[in-house]
Amino acid sequence: MQSASILIESLPNIAWGLFTTLGLVIIALAVGFVVGLPLGIIQVYGGGSILSRFLSRLSVLYVWFLRGLPNLVLLFLFYYGIFPFLGIDLQPFFVGATVLGLRSSAYQSQIFRGALLSVDQGQMQAARSLGMSRALAIRSVVLPQALRISLPAWSNEYPILLTDSSVCYAIGVMEMLTRASLQVSRTRAPVPLYLATAAIFIVMNYLGMMLLHRAERRWRIPGFGGS
Amino acid sequence: MGDTILRVQGLSKRFDSEEVLRGVSFEVKKGDAKVFIGPSGTGKSTLLRCLNRLVEPDSGQVWLGDDEITHASDIDGVRRRMGMVFQNFYLFDHLTALGNVEIGLVKVLKMPRHDARGFAMSELARVGMDRFADKYPAELSGGQAQRVSIARSLAMNPEIMLFDEPTSALDPELTGEVLEVMKRLASGGMTMLVVSHEMEFVYSVASEVLFMEGGVIVERGTPGQIREDDASDTGAPKQFQRTRAFLRRLDG
Repeated sequence: MQSASILIESLPNIAWGLFTTLGLVIIALAVGFVVGLPLGIIQVYGGGSILSRFLSRLSVLYVWFLRGLPNLVLLFLFYYGIFPFLGIDLQPFFVGATVLGLRSSAYQSQIFRGALLSVDQGQMQAARSLGMSRALAIRSVVLPQALRISLPAWSNEYPILLTDSSVCYAIGVMEMLTRASLQVSRTRAPVPLYLATAAIFIVMNYLGMMLLHRAERRWRIPGFGGS
Repeated sequence: MGDTILRVQGLSKRFDSEEVLRGVSFEVKKGDAKVFIGPSGTGKSTLLRCLNRLVEPDSGQVWLGDDEITHASDIDGVRRRMGMVFQNFYLFDHLTALGNVEIGLVKVLKMPRHDARGFAMSELARVGMDRFADKYPAELSGGQAQRVSIARSLAMNPEIMLFDEPTSALDPELTGEVLEVMKRLASGGMTMLVVSHEMEFVYSVASEVLFMEGGVIVERGTPGQIREDDASDTGAPKQFQRTRAFLRRLDG
C-alpha cells in the first residue's frame, strides 16, 4: 500500500520531532515550577511588608495576564515583540519553551497557592512555637506537605503542555507537528501522517501520566493527603 | 529574679470589639505546675498564645527569667525556651514520630543529624513512644500523637511547658496516657502552665489553680484550699464560690 510506504518513509523524521517536543515540555514544566512556586508562596504568605504586598499584587496581575491570552497570541507577542524589544535573541525552540513555561507558571502558581492554603494553619503555629522563623517553617514544614498535596493537580500540567507544545509550529520550531506538516506537504498524504502523529502524542501522554502516578504513590504519606 | 521562671504583668488582648484578656498578672516559679480553669471563651488559650507571642498582646509585659519578652526582637529565640502543646497536637503530618521530634533539634538547634536522632529517640522513650518512632501521625491514636507532640517540645529542653487543653480533643479512654506523662513531668520538677479541666489531674499536680472568667483571674488557690473551703461549714465567707460553682457545672 502506498500510505504504508509513506508512513515507513516519513515516520522516523516525525518521530525525531519527539525529542524537540519532549524538550519543550520538560523545559516548560521546569520554568513553570521555578517561577510558579515562588508566585504561589508570595500570594499566600506575602502581605506583611509593603514590598511583599507589592509583589503579591504584581503576581496576581502576572497570572491574570498570562492566563487571559491564547497560547498562540502569547507566542507571537514574545517572538515578534517582547524578546526583540528586550534585545534577547533566542532560537525559536527556546522562545517556545520559555513562553509555554511562563504560561504554565501562571497555572502552576495557582496549584501551589491552593495546596499551601490547604495545609492546616496549626502546622505553622507548631513550627513557630518550636522557634522556627517564618521562612524556615514554610520551607521545612508547610512546603513539603503542600508539594505532596499539589502533585495530582500538578500532574495535569504534563498533558496540557504536551498538547500545547504544538503551537510552536507557528514559529517554526521543529517539533512533531511541524515535521508532520512538512512531510504532508512533501507526500500529500495528510491522513496517515497526522494519524501517526496523533498516536505518538497519545502514547507520550500515557507514558508520562504513568510516571507521574508512580511518583505520586511513591511520595504518598500513610493517611496523608486524602489517599 | 531568683527562681522565678515567668512573670506576667497586666496582659491584655482585644480581638475587634471583644476584650479577651483584661489585665492578667501572675508569676511562675521553677517547678510550679499552675493550672488555668474556667469556662470556654474566657481567654485561657489566648493567654498561653500571648506568652510565646503566637498572638501579640496589646499591652502588659511578660518576663521569661530576667528577659522582658513582650518586645523582644528575637522572638524565635524566646519560643525555643517555651514548649507548647496544642489541643489538636499539630504534629507535622509529613514526618514520622521520630522526624517530628528531630526536626527542631536539627533545624533550630543545629544539632548534627546523627546526634539528633539518638536524642529524639530518647525523648520518645520518655513518653513511651519509642516503639512508634517510624509511624506517621495519621497512623497514631490521638493519645499517642499527643505524647509525641509533648516529646517534640521537651526535646528543645524548654524552661517552661505550656499545655493548651492537651486532652480535650481526645476520646475519654485516651486521656489517661497523656495525663500520666504530664504527671511524671510535673513530679520530675518540670515547670508548667496548663489549661485543663481534668480535675483529678489538676488536684494531683497543680501547685496553684487559677480560675479565669471574662478575661481575668477571678480566684486562685491551691487544690487543698479549694477543696478545704468547699468542705468547711463555719459560716465564714467562702473564698472560692465562683470556682466551685464552675466545678459543679463541670461535674453536672
